[in-house]
Amino acid sequence: MPWVGWKLAVNMAKAAVVVKKEGVNMKICITSEGKTLDSKVDSRFGRCQNFIFFNTDTGNFEAQENANLQFQGGAGIQSGQLMVSKGVKAVLTGNIGPNAHQVLSAAGISIFTEVSGTVKEAIDGYKNGKYKPADAPSVSSKFGMPGKSI
Amino acid sequence: MIISIASGKGGTGKTTVAVNLALSLKNIQLLDCDVEEPNAHLFIKPYIKDKVGASIPVPEVDEAKCTHCGKCRDVCAYHAIAVVPGDSSNKGSVLIFTHLCHGCGACSLLCPRGAIKEVSKKIGIIEMGEKGNMQFVQGRLNIGETMSPPLIRQVKNYINPTKTVIIDAPPGTSCPVITAVKGSDFCVLVTEPTPFGLNDLILAVEVLRKLQIPFGVVINRSDIGDGKVEDYCRQGYIPVLMKIPFSREIAVSYSRGTPIVEKDLSYRNKFINLYLGICGAKNEANSRH
Repeated sequence: MPWVGWKLAVNMAKAAVVVKKEGVNMKICITSEGKTLDSKVDSRFGRCQNFIFFNTDTGNFEAQENANLQFQGGAGIQSGQLMVSKGVKAVLTGNIGPNAHQVLSAAGISIFTEVSGTVKEAIDGYKNGKYKPADAPSVSSKFGMPGKSI
Repeated sequence: MIISIASGKGGTGKTTVAVNLALSLKNIQLLDCDVEEPNAHLFIKPYIKDKVGASIPVPEVDEAKCTHCGKCRDVCAYHAIAVVPGDSSNKGSVLIFTHLCHGCGACSLLCPRGAIKEVSKKIGIIEMGEKGNMQFVQGRLNIGETMSPPLIRQVKNYINPTKTVIIDAPPGTSCPVITAVKGSDFCVLVTEPTPFGLNDLILAVEVLRKLQIPFGVVINRSDIGDGKVEDYCRQGYIPVLMKIPFSREIAVSYSRGTPIVEKDLSYRNKFINLYLGICGAKNEANSRH
């Protein structure tokens, strides 16, 4: 019987998702070296220093340190998972590997690579339609490992 | 007795020592556990009698039973699972990255809906053969696979306790090396007298001390470089069991796939002495405990 209540909760959550989609709260994520909008965009996705979650409608943002940075494997997968859990609709970063690309694509999250400059510049660029969506990974696995980044 | 041959740094001469030691002794079983690039067979040239596939269990999700609760992702220690919950436009999915999976089984055990079953995934092969009265076993990891420890463990299942077992380990100090040397009675660390050799030797020594495996050092190309490896061994009371000179003769014979003990018989005695040194160092280490 507990499943009935649980299913109800799922349906309510699903309904909430629909409202969110149709509403105005559009969340994007920018990989960042620091925790402010003046920080530089981190060229790595899975192993970036920080994620900045930015609401394109309210202009509010939240910075979160990347706990997946230390993983020996699976950093891209779990960073992709974080985007899914946070309800992000678009990711702006320098490069993305094959595993992260697969997770984001499965969740229908748009991916924009070759983004550089400050986080603020990246957001402006995104709003002005400067970036093209990346339909393939831009680097191979382990790109962001220490000693392997550009 | 199980003797493993390891080194922190690659290219120091593990296979040279393993092969020549094996050929100098009687009643030997040689295991090539450097499964990413097994090359002892190039020198031993064994007759391969049998091949078996090696596989690991990886999860497969029954999407009809899955509720995308995310438990499997949370318990996966290797970060190999992502769960995308469904919404009005997307029915949701579980993404499993099998090349990161160690086959531990936690996800299938802990799935609350029993939606995960384990299926076999081929990761390589194990080949068994012989040369004279030497038994030979090697693992060969499939190209593109990264998960060598499960294959190394499966190669070690063939250990023959009635023989003196020599394990040619992979280089480094991470999981594959630990898997290969675990359970050895003694480990020979092959190094070279260079700053790189010393740096990686120190790391390997730390690993073996933690695993509580007695060990000694063989210095290859001993007449080049500097004396810092020997200083380090002296200060740490680490026995230097053998020194192999930097010799053109050894290099030429190696490049032709001829073990040096078959070319220069005086080396046979040197490797028998290495074995005696191993026995002595092992007994001394055991008497200290």
